[in-house]
Amino acid sequence: MTTPSADDARPATAGRAAAPESGPSDSPPARGQNGDQPLLRLVGVGKNFGPVRALTDINLDVTLGQVTALVGDNGAGKSTLIKTIAGIWPQDHGEILWEGRPVRLHSPKDAAGLGIATVYQDLALADNLDIVQNMFLGREPVKHWALDETTMEKEAKRTLADLSVVTVRSVRQPVGSLSGGQRQAVAVARAVLRQARLVVLDEPTAALGVTQTRVVLDLIRRLKSQNIAVIVISHNLNDVMAVADRVAVLRLGQLVSVGPLSQYDAQSIVELMTTGTSGRRAAAGSEPSSQQPAGSSSEH
Amino acid sequence: MSTDVEQPSEADEAAAIAAPEVIANTLGEYVKIWWTRVRSGESGALPVILGLVVIVVYFQARSSLFLSAGNLVNLIEQAAWIVTLGMAEVFVLLLGEIDLSIGYTSVIGSVFTCWLLVPPDPAPWPLAVLVGLAFPAVFGLIEGVIITRLRLPSFVVTLAGQLAGLGLLLAIINIAAPGSGGTIRLYSSVLNDIENGAMSPLAGWIVMAAAVALGGALMITRDNRRRAGGLAAPPASVTWLKVAAMAVAGVVVVLIGNTNRGVGLVVVSGVPWVILVVLVVLVAWSFLLGRTRFGRYVYAIGGNAEAARRAGINLSRIRVLAFVLAGLTAGVMGIIYASQLGSVSSNVPGGQNVLFAVAAAVIGGTSLFGGRGTMLGAVLGGLIVAVIYNGLQLLGLGASPQYIWTAVVLLAAVTIDTVARRSRTSA
Repeated sequence: MTTPSADDARPATAGRAAAPESGPSDSPPARGQNGDQPLLRLVGVGKNFGPVRALTDINLDVTLGQVTALVGDNGAGKSTLIKTIAGIWPQDHGEILWEGRPVRLHSPKDAAGLGIATVYQDLALADNLDIVQNMFLGREPVKHWALDETTMEKEAKRTLADLSVVTVRSVRQPVGSLSGGQRQAVAVARAVLRQARLVVLDEPTAALGVTQTRVVLDLIRRLKSQNIAVIVISHNLNDVMAVADRVAVLRLGQLVSVGPLSQYDAQSIVELMTTGTSGRRAAAGSEPSSQQPAGSSSEH
Repeated sequence: MSTDVEQPSEADEAAAIAAPEVIANTLGEYVKIWWTRVRSGESGALPVILGLVVIVVYFQARSSLFLSAGNLVNLIEQAAWIVTLGMAEVFVLLLGEIDLSIGYTSVIGSVFTCWLLVPPDPAPWPLAVLVGLAFPAVFGLIEGVIITRLRLPSFVVTLAGQLAGLGLLLAIINIAAPGSGGTIRLYSSVLNDIENGAMSPLAGWIVMAAAVALGGALMITRDNRRRAGGLAAPPASVTWLKVAAMAVAGVVVVLIGNTNRGVGLVVVSGVPWVILVVLVVLVAWSFLLGRTRFGRYVYAIGGNAEAARRAGINLSRIRVLAFVLAGLTAGVMGIIYASQLGSVSSNVPGGQNVLFAVAAAVIGGTSLFGGRGTMLGAVLGGLIVAVIYNGLQLLGLGASPQYIWTAVVLLAAVTIDTVARRSRTSA
């Protein structure tokens, strides 16, 4: 596997061992107990739509500087889960902890206030505005009654440079003239500009060709190297294998497996997505404590 | 881990799409980028100006009187109201909305103005003007609130507004000037002078010089600020060329205005005040749209309302404000209209005027789907409409060819714009 392994980007303070599910893996997902608090922790989160249980008892930790891939078949509850995190649909059961403190996410504003930025598939960019205008939309600095274009342009350039977005030649070109990968880059850069600490990407590579997909995957790695937590929803297992540090598999509203990427391969993820169990990596209930891999520490 | 994976040609193509002002560093580069943009359909005001030149040349060839000082001043006075109403319409067109009512609300506003100025004890004219501007603004506010609160299409709401406006106009004129046959005179000499008076020749030069100096200073300080911040600014040569072009245009206008256009022994000269009024509105609204949050949000909503909403922009507030500003600007048009005629009458073709205003904005490059267009474009588009009207009158032709010509130009403008864009996206 050419991807950096999970512990490349982990904070140096990463606490070892004690976490129940760490098993034989050398890259234990950070669990809160010993000082290395996850940025976001979902505890028993559930969501109902009338009689339909869209999410049941989801336990998930998201750590700074790690990419968590959220995979699952259509209707598995991926969108519901990220919309809960984004504050669009507050959960009905369970608790959301942000840096260890319980928080209520009642509106997208609440989520944004904490530093959660969600980049939806449609990207929400205005094609007629240029890159700078899009990145600052809704929070433009004003000086002497007029927009402070100089500051905006400088900051936009710096943010794009930090993300190594070099293919955009001018930050003053309309977003409508950009390629798919570049548009995704602008949407992500906007999130970074707003000091997001958790960036949720909804199918970032779904509509992209091979080259553009590489641009976006590199972008995700840059986010990670800036110590930002990333949740990526993807159907594309190649992409997941390429960038994820941790994998969370959803099936029928339940989290059937969570663990470091090294414990999975494409085959086992597909099996988990479709059947909820895998011969290669034992299925687990959503209880963290039961996620002990049954002797399948498939280190590469 | 390089992200430099796109073909260089694509980056070049993209660079060609950004405005030359913000990426070119030399005059040569500037011209090259500008030309690439023109070819790729981002031609800005160029087609409108070219169209204007073609039409002017045609009329001058047909009638040597067309470019005479007297006729040009006449043209400016005729163009003033349509240009102003076009600018009013830009606010709502940029949102992808339309306001069909301002043709009448503007005139109702000016009826109030005239009413307040009727002797024997007229109100001070600034107060009368304020009321004249306030009425269409409040009307726009009501329409905007209905459109945003009840989520009704602006076409229908403002069509109702247009009908109600006609009814109100008839009623109010009859109350304000009973037994006058539906006409109320404008008694204020100050307001009559907007269209019919002129600055003294010296004042014309001073105003022109001040306007050019101010415009030039703003451009140069902006460039310097960008350069100081390490950003690309247009080369100094380009900026100075622009200032020079502004100065030349100003000098030409003042020279024309200051030429004696009187008949016989009567000397009539000076730049009409209405140019100043239109210029102030143009500058103020261009600043509002181009340099403030409100303007940015108007373009954002017109481009992608959902994106604007998710960015935390209060869509309803911006929309309502746009209708208010459209009404306010229409109020200015109402005063100009009354000034031109010296009175307001109940048979003003308000419905037709507003459609001319939409045509002016669209000829000037404003998209009916929102997100694209400028105040300057509406002014140039309005000038084209006025030139056609004025030229055909000069040729002794009546209303019929005027409408047909306007229709052809409107269609041509939209076609050129659309085809240029399509060729760009397919290229």
